[in-house]
Amino acid sequence: MSDMKVVADPGTHEILITRSFDAPRDRVFKAFTDPEAVAQWWGLRGSNTDVDELEARPGGRWRFVERDGNGGEDAFHGVYHDAVAPERIVYTFEYEGMPGHVLLETITFEERDGRTLMTDSSVFQSVADRDGMLQAGMESGAAESMDQLDEYLARG
Amino acid sequence: MHTDRLNETFAALADPTRRAILARLMGGEATVTELAEPFQMTLPAVSKHLKVLERAGLITRGREAQWRPCRLEADPLREVADWLDGYRRFWERSQERFGRLDDYLRGAQGKEATDDPTGDR
Repeated sequence: MSDMKVVADPGTHEILITRSFDAPRDRVFKAFTDPEAVAQWWGLRGSNTDVDELEARPGGRWRFVERDGNGGEDAFHGVYHDAVAPERIVYTFEYEGMPGHVLLETITFEERDGRTLMTDSSVFQSVADRDGMLQAGMESGAAESMDQLDEYLARG
Repeated sequence: MHTDRLNETFAALADPTRRAILARLMGGEATVTELAEPFQMTLPAVSKHLKVLERAGLITRGREAQWRPCRLEADPLREVADWLDGYRRFWERSQERFGRLDDYLRGAQGKEATDDPTGDR
């Protein structure tokens, strides 16, 4: 069993995940920032990820395409705001199936006795987006935002 | 997500007596007297719990019969289950993704050790 913890306080915009890995942090940092490495583990089991671009430096872009083997394709992209080896990466994250909903992800790595503690903070644009991600994937969050827009427009 | 309704459902479920009543009703309809039997409680006290459950939509009560049997309603419980299921799926997705990273790191460690002629890590 892993030591993963997920914190998502009610009414906030954040999901905080902590988890440790049995490897030194330079190796973990590389797994997140090296295109060949990312292609080998990113995404759900049974999927294959193509790394279109990955330039881990401030202003550098990334784009990953996750293929599920049944013809399904999900693409994600964003921009790096920071990449300090082997401590920290900061980037925006946007699912192309739901454009306009952007989150800011900050991942830090701390090394302890040869293991690496990862702290992964995702800050969403709204509580609804955050709750949508926690619930049934991002789609429901978007649907809820759209419902709220409908309601707002209906009020005239 | 129906937040107000979830709040009401969870508030109703927060009491052990009310959960026991719901558990009893899973076996079928029951009258207030039947429901009161296993508890050291007066009928009015049990009625109070039933009112909370009824307001939350977790039970309905017969209109016609004088003893008004209580019946379990599945919808709010299903909403609670769906809500928990969402969290479970998020948890499992995260476990799966980082589990793949575990696998990769295990593999990469061996691979780099053989690829690296200096053995320097």
